[in-house]
Amino acid sequence: MDVSKFRPDTIYTIYIASTPARVFEALTVAEFSKQYFFGFAVECELKVGGAFVVRAPDGSVHIDGKVLACDPPHKLRVTWNVNWPGLVEKLGETIVTYEIAQMGDAVRLTMTESHERALPDDILSGGRTGWPAILSSLKSVLETGKPLAVKMEPPLKMIAALKAMGVNVP
Amino acid sequence: MSKPEFVYTTFIRNTPEKVFHALSDTAFTEKYWMGCILHSDWKVGSPIKMNRGGKTMNECVILESDPPRRLSYSWLTVFDEAMKKEKPSKVTFVIEARDAEIVKLTVTHDGFGEGSTTLPSISTGWPMVLASLKSLLETGASLHIEPHKGE
Repeated sequence: MDVSKFRPDTIYTIYIASTPARVFEALTVAEFSKQYFFGFAVECELKVGGAFVVRAPDGSVHIDGKVLACDPPHKLRVTWNVNWPGLVEKLGETIVTYEIAQMGDAVRLTMTESHERALPDDILSGGRTGWPAILSSLKSVLETGKPLAVKMEPPLKMIAALKAMGVNVP
Repeated sequence: MSKPEFVYTTFIRNTPEKVFHALSDTAFTEKYWMGCILHSDWKVGSPIKMNRGGKTMNECVILESDPPRRLSYSWLTVFDEAMKKEKPSKVTFVIEARDAEIVKLTVTHDGFGEGSTTLPSISTGWPMVLASLKSLLETGASLHIEPHKGE
C-alpha cells in the first residue's frame, strides 16, 4: 500500500495532561476505548500486519483494519475501513494515523484521516463530526477519569451520500 | 479547493455561561491562554490586546458579543512583521449546550488573504489554547505545553 498517495483530509490535534504511554494505551485497548468511543471496543495487535478491529457495542465488527505502522508510544497507523458492504469498493481505502509527542507536561495527539480517493465533503463530514467528540472524551477520561457522554446525531449527510454512491448502509 | 480557514470543535464538561466567561474575562484568560493575557472591556467595538510578557501579540476588535452563545472579533497578529501587514482576519466562537453538563465549542477563524502566514500560526495555536481551556474548566488546572520541546 502506497501511503504517500493517500490524501490527509481530516486532521485533529489535541493536547492532554498525560503520558505518551497512557495515550497510546487509551487508543489501542478496548476497556479504555469503550469509555470514550461511544461504547466501541478497539482491538489492536501491536505489530505491522496485525489486526485492527473496532467492535460496535453489540459485538459486531464496525472497522476491519490492519496495522500499517506501529511504534509505541509514538505512532500507530491502521487501515480504517468501515465494514459496510460495498464501502471500500466505492470509496477506496481509509487510513488513520495517530502521532503522539511529549511537549512539556502535556502530550500532543494528532489524528490524521487519509483517503485513497478524493471524497466529497458530505462523506468526510462523518469523521469531521465524530473525531472531535471522541478525542475530547478521550482527553476527559485521561484527565478526570470520566468520559464525556456526548450525544451525537446520526451522520445524516454522510449516510445519504453513501447511499447515493450505492453503499449498503445498514 | 478548500477555503483558507481554520475550524476546530471541542467538547467541554461545563456550562455555556462558564465557557463564555472563560473566553471573555481578563483574569481568567491569564490562567490558560499560553501565557497571554487578554485586555478588553469586552464591549462590542472595543479593542482586545493580547499581551504576552508585556509584548502585544495580537490586536483585535470585538465584532459581536451574545453571551453565552457567540463571541466574535477581528484579529491582526502584530508580533511578526509579515503577519502585521496582512488584512485582519476574524475569529468566531459558537457555544452550544449539548445537555445539562456538556458544551460544544466551535472556533472558526477565517477571512485570511491568499498565502497568509497567520493561518498556519493560529492553526497551531488554537488547539493548544482550547485544550488548556478544557483542562482548566474540567480539572481546575490548565496545561503546561512547551511547543518547542516536541520529541
